Formats: sequence, structure tokens, C-alpha cells
Amino acid sequence: MNVNGVVHDLDIEPDAPLLWVIRDELNLTGTKFGCGIAACGACTVHVNGKATRSCVVPVGSVADAQITTIEGLGAGTPTPVQQAWIDHQVPQCGYCQSGMIMAVSALLATNPAPTDDELAAAITNICRCGTFPRIRSAVRDLATRKAAGGLG
Amino acid sequence: MNRRKFLIGGATAAGALIVGYAFWPSRRLARADLLAAKPGERFVASWIKIANDGTITVVVPHCDMGTGIFTSLSQMAAEELDADWTKVHAETAPADPLFANGPLAEGFALEQVNINADSIPGSLRGAATNSLRVLAEYLDVQTTGGSSAVRFTGVYGMRVAGAAVREMLVKAAAAQMNAPVREFRTEASRVIHVPTGKSLAYGELAAAAAQYTPSSHPKMKPPSEFKFIGKPMRRLDIPAKVNGSTRYGIDTQFADMYYAAIRISPVFGGKLVSADDAPIAHSRGVKKVVRFDDAVVVVADRLWRARNAVDALQPVFDNAGNENISSKTIRSAHLAALNSGKVKKDRTAGDGADALKNRTIVERLYNVPYLAHAPMEPPNATALYKQDGTLEVWSGTQDGLGSRAFCAKVAGLSLEKVAFHLLPSGGGFGRRLPGFWNFLTYAVKTSMAVPGVPVKLIFTREQEMQHDFYRPNVTSRFKATVSSDGMPVAWINDYTTDEDPNPEAHIFYTVPNQAYGTAKVAAYVPTGPWRSVEASWHGFFVESFVDELANEANKDPLEYRRALLQGKPRHLATLNLAAEKAGWGTPLPPGRGRGIAIFECFGTIVAHVAEVEVSDAGAVKVRRFTSAADCGMAVNPDGFRAQVESAVIFGLSAALYGEITIEHGAVVQQNFTDYEVVRLAETPDIDVHIHESDAALGGAGEPGIPPVAPAVANAIFAATGVRIRELPIKNHPLGVSARHS
Repeated sequence: MNVNGVVHDLDIEPDAPLLWVIRDELNLTGTKFGCGIAACGACTVHVNGKATRSCVVPVGSVADAQITTIEGLGAGTPTPVQQAWIDHQVPQCGYCQSGMIMAVSALLATNPAPTDDELAAAITNICRCGTFPRIRSAVRDLATRKAAGGLG
Repeated sequence: MNRRKFLIGGATAAGALIVGYAFWPSRRLARADLLAAKPGERFVASWIKIANDGTITVVVPHCDMGTGIFTSLSQMAAEELDADWTKVHAETAPADPLFANGPLAEGFALEQVNINADSIPGSLRGAATNSLRVLAEYLDVQTTGGSSAVRFTGVYGMRVAGAAVREMLVKAAAAQMNAPVREFRTEASRVIHVPTGKSLAYGELAAAAAQYTPSSHPKMKPPSEFKFIGKPMRRLDIPAKVNGSTRYGIDTQFADMYYAAIRISPVFGGKLVSADDAPIAHSRGVKKVVRFDDAVVVVADRLWRARNAVDALQPVFDNAGNENISSKTIRSAHLAALNSGKVKKDRTAGDGADALKNRTIVERLYNVPYLAHAPMEPPNATALYKQDGTLEVWSGTQDGLGSRAFCAKVAGLSLEKVAFHLLPSGGGFGRRLPGFWNFLTYAVKTSMAVPGVPVKLIFTREQEMQHDFYRPNVTSRFKATVSSDGMPVAWINDYTTDEDPNPEAHIFYTVPNQAYGTAKVAAYVPTGPWRSVEASWHGFFVESFVDELANEANKDPLEYRRALLQGKPRHLATLNLAAEKAGWGTPLPPGRGRGIAIFECFGTIVAHVAEVEVSDAGAVKVRRFTSAADCGMAVNPDGFRAQVESAVIFGLSAALYGEITIEHGAVVQQNFTDYEVVRLAETPDIDVHIHESDAALGGAGEPGIPPVAPAVANAIFAATGVRIRELPIKNHPLGVSARHS
């Protein structure tokens, strides 16, 4: 399988959950376990660019896919989404934020300027610290700057 | 002394009222270096390391569970230190008695006897003040809870340590330049000789400075000189939290480690009867089945293999005779206890309950349900029991040193034979406080069954939902009589408790006659502190009942509260600020209503105005929250606002949806699908306004919670005429047909 541009050859049961393969086989621990039933979004990664809750994805089903985890974003420098998260001081405990950032990044790739309602409909990830008001501000900011041509 | 009482309920004064941080003699400094200093770095005094390159590291005796205290505490140390902020870092203190949190013990002790540190004579402050540090060591105190970090560790620890280190650096510079100390000033991590303008960097001076004895009562800055305290500094921990590099407890990884999956008796008190190994005898990667009194654990070389195996075991538990316990029977027991005549008197003011005689009584009954903490990171721990009989544990808890002592006890080892690595945790909310470490117990015992290999035990969300230590289910009854103008003359409040009386029930409103009583109920369901603890339920009860009294008196709920807060300028100002910013009294479209509530806990007063819309079909939408808070001074105003926003969302989840119910002796809820929480779509606009006062610093993490539920319930009453007396709100029909005519 291809994760963050690196191809891995794994001897693993095809029904092993993608989340645990990413975390425990590849040692990429930025992707988190929250619920195990795709209800919270902490485990969100990109599968061929699409936000996917990896805790319920059998690894065998994505053997030929391009997978991106939080570690694969930005190549060392923060992406505009990550920078907006810093500028708006979004994270608290931070545990859900990898999944949150992956989900928002996938949304903005197809809809760079979502309305509040579009954002709320698309991002159903759970954050128990309640960082939602700042997530909304950060995305509004990104949308405004995109509309003004401020982001590449 | 009961450890939890000490930490959560407040401390006994322990005979020691001497203020000042407990500075380390050189012997201790050397040990601290050994434990926690990297090459080129040394401790100059308690909590503060300075490296040769000028890097300043604030060593924090707390866990990072998201509230931003590592940054706030660093601001407090850096302020007195006159540090260059760009060179300031924070790290977690080792779980070692040397780093026991004396200032925290001191803060709780002073709070208990209601003494402000500033009122203690200077002559008493400095002298040999190690008693509380010794007490903190004895009790293994490194707790994060009680909204205490800034107001205790910060005030009694970090600021004093920063000021002491600054003085030591100045002394070192004076000696080096052979000039009197009074000719020096400090700025941005440099000691400057004023007459010549020559300066030395802190990094150059640190080694020499560490040779001086720190003053126990150094000169502190007046607020007018603050550069960092009171400023919205960016959080130090955030960059690592947006790129996945923060390592939480669950991220502890070793090559060839083991993973453990657990199944605990669903019925509280139930014992393991059998777990047949046969189905997993040949399962790939399974290493061991470990049986506990009340649980079974499977250890495997991969987590999913362990989980599949524990499912296949189909363990059988007995019910310990508890199979008939349900939310209904618990409710009946509460009512029976309140009606039993065995209510134990707590506090009385004026004529107490006698003031009810010969008057019309307004009586109301309220209830809040059990709640789970549901932090995003499920409880977990990695443990390694080595062949040499020592133990090493990695986990995110709300007390590193306490966890180490606890693990030692579980393993039957001395403290010296146990190492505990405290890692950031994905939310705490009380779940990871001392006394509630079932995950440590199982992890440590499991590791002892597979010596030589680290084993990580992670609760599934389902196991955590069913084996938390829940916010208690509490029933509260009020009786009041009112004068001809509708204001209360007597306020009588009896409530259920599985512990001691709660001071949080005592109102700050002016009512001449008051009486409080508690009805003890059996604690079948394991309970524990949940963000804001007792205030979380008394806030709902008190602020709902006040609202009902206002309504009975045909008075505006804001005006009614104002009348009861004469002589309480901080409360009044906070209430007024929230009301003014919310546009209280301005017209709203049909179907909408505003509700107001105010509460004080952990030294901070918070008032919320909720604006709620209820559709004709009964759907509730919380549109807007306007909040005001008086925490004295906010060390990091942006961080403080974030904590109030957080409290609004956390409190809304509880008010709207939160409910753990019991059927057949077990928790019904399993996961976020049936334990719903607020998400982005239900997030209101939240505006937080800070009212600064000269009061002592108050807490930030918890005080926003208590007024959330009553503000929403009061707003629903304003919108619909339906009074919510039992949470959660989702259980109440609010459509047009359900409303009063």
C-alpha cells in the first residue's frame, strides 16, 4: 500500500482495520482512535484524496489506493489549513485535530469557500474540547482569503 | 487524610500557613539535573531550567490535557524572569517526589482556610516553608484538577520561582562584572549593567546563578509592569498539535510490543465466571489470556487480533445480584431518601426551615442524570514489567506522581522500582484524576503476566462508556417562601448525594433564611468528578429555581437576580456585562427566547445568556451564547476565552443530550451513536467577555460549565413556557402541542 508517497509491503490480514495498520505497522501515530465505528472522525485520512474514517476500512480494500495521513500534509511546512489552525489557536487537547484537519482539507479541495451550513454538513467530526467556534472562524478566514485570491 | 478529598474537595490546612514556594537546597537541585536536565542545561531553581544557549524550560508539574496551562504557567514564570519569550519552552515534570507540587498543596490549603496569600505577613512567608512541599510529596501530589494550575501552581510556584531565578541571575552578573546588584536591570533574557550598558545573556550566567540560594520571597512585579501576564500569547503546544507530532499516551510505541483488549463485567460488581480459551487457542498472534475478578484480557501481538480474540472468548459474568438495578429504581431510591425524614442538616442561616411556617411555599424538584466524560482519547496505558522486577508505565493521567505511586501499589512494588511517564492526554474532564485509574490497574496487572514485553491496553469506546466513573445522578428539592414583592424570604434545599455535603449548593444570593440538607443514597454506579464537579449540578438546580421564583413573581429574570445580588459587585458586574452584550430585553422573533444564569466556582464567576429557537415541532436550536466572566485577571485572555467556549460546548452536550442510563445493572449507552454530543452543526455563536477585577486569580477550565444548562433551560422556558426540570433536554417534548396554553 502507498502511504504518504511511500510504498509498503505488509504481511497482514486483509480485514485488519486501516487505522491500526497506519498506527502500529507504519508507526504513523498522528491518526487517532476515538470510537472504532466511524462515528467521531478522529481517524480521518485521505484515500485517493477523499476524507475517509480509517477505523472501519479493511486494509485489503485500499491496497491500491493513495493514502495520505496528517504526517503527509505540507511536507514539513504547515499547509494553509494548518496555519489557519495556528492563527486561530484552534486546538486544545488536540487529539481530534488530525482528523479534523484532514476532513477540512478534503472539503476545501473540492469546495474552497464553503458556507457555514456547508461546513457543518460536511464536518461531523467530534471534538470534546469544543473547538468548533474556532474551526468555523478558521475556515471562514480560509474561504475569505481564497475568494480574495490570497492563497495559492 | 483522604487523598481525593485533599485534592478535589480542598485541603486541610495541615497547620502550615507559610507562603512562598519551597525552594530547593543544592542537593535537590543536583538531583533535579540528574532527572530532567539535558546536556548544557541545568535547574536554577524549582521548575526552571536554563541552557547555555539561553533556552528557558519551564518544568510543569501538571498534565497537558488541553486547557493551555503549559503556556499560562510559562507566561507567569517568564514574566518574573524577564525572559525572551521566543526562548521559552515548557515540558512535563518527571513523576518524581522531587517534583511534587508543593504550591498546589499550598493553594488548596489556603483555600480551605479561606486565606489570601497576600494577607500573610512577609516575615512568615520565607522561613523554612517546606512543610507543604513535604505534604505534597507524602501525598504524591502532581494533580491537574480543580481549575488549580494557574491560581495555585502559577501564583505560588511559577511566578515566585521566576522572580527568584531572576535575582540569582542578577547576582551572578554583579559578581562577574564586580558591580553592586542595584546597578543592574533585566530585559529579554539579559542582565544589563545600567551605568555602562554592558549586558550578559541568561545562558551565559545560568551555571553561576545556580550556585546561589534562591530567595523564598523574591521581589515580584506589580501588574503595571506585566509584559506577558494578561496578554494573549500563542499557545506553545499548538504547532505540534496541527501536524500529528504530539505523542499522547496512546501513541507509546515499541518494536515487538504487545496489545491488550479487555472485557469488563457489564453489570457493576459482576464477577468473571468463565471465558473459554478454546476458540482462540490457535488464533494468529494471541499470546495470553489474563483473568481478573471482574474482567478478562487478551494479549496479542496486534491490537485487532487481541480485540477479535476477546470477542471470541464470549466471557460469562455473574450479576452479583444487581440485575434488577435500573435508572427507575435509582430514581425511586432518591425520592425515598429525600422523603425519608433522614435528611441530614448541612448549613442553616437565619431561621432556616422554620421560616417556611404559615406561608405559601413554592416547591420544585429537579434531577440531573449520570454523565460519562467521553474524552476523545479512550483511557489507555502501556506497561513493561521487566525481568529484574521493575515496572515502567506510560499513560496520560491527571497526576503523574500519583499514578506512579498507584502503579507501585497495584504491582506490590516500592516507588523506586516503578517509573511512570506522564504523556499529554486527549481530554481529561476529570476522568483521569486519582481514584479513577481502572485502566492503570488492568494494564499493570496484565504486564506482570507477560514480563519482559511492553503491553499497551486500550479501552474500546464501548468499554469506556460502560466503565467510566460517572457524574452522579442527583435529585434536588427546593422549598421557598416569598415576601409580598416576590423576593425569597426562605430558601430550603435538600439534595441527594453519595458523598459529603456540597458547599457548591450554598447560594450567593441574599436570602435571609436558608437551610440545606443532604439525603444519602447508595452509590451503586461508580461516580467521580466531572468537569466542575458538584457545581455542574447545583448550577442547574439553583439557577433554574431562581428563574422559577422570578417567574412566580412576574419579574424579569435579570432584574430579579440583580435585586438578589446587591452588595455583590463582582457578581452584579458579570451578570450585567453578559446581559448588556447579549442585548437582553431587545425583541426576538417568535419561537425564540433568552435565558440567563450565573454561577461561581473555583474562584471565577461566569454568567451566560443563551438565545434559543424552538420550532413548532419542538426542535431546539441554540443560536447564540453571550458569556461574561470574572476570573480576577486572565493570565492568557485568548486562552481563557477558549476555555469558556469549550465549557459552553461541553455543557451544551450535557444539557441537550447527555445521559447515561442503567438497565439490568449495566450502562445502556455504548458509543457516540447513543451518547450524543454537540458537533459543528449544533455549535452556537459564542462571544466571551472578560470582566477584570482585583480579585485573586480564578480558575478557567471548569467555571464556564455550571451556568450553561440553566441558561438554555431558562431560554426554552422563555420561548415556549415549558420548564425543564430534568436533564437532558432531548427527553422533553417541546412542540406546540406540548406547550401550556
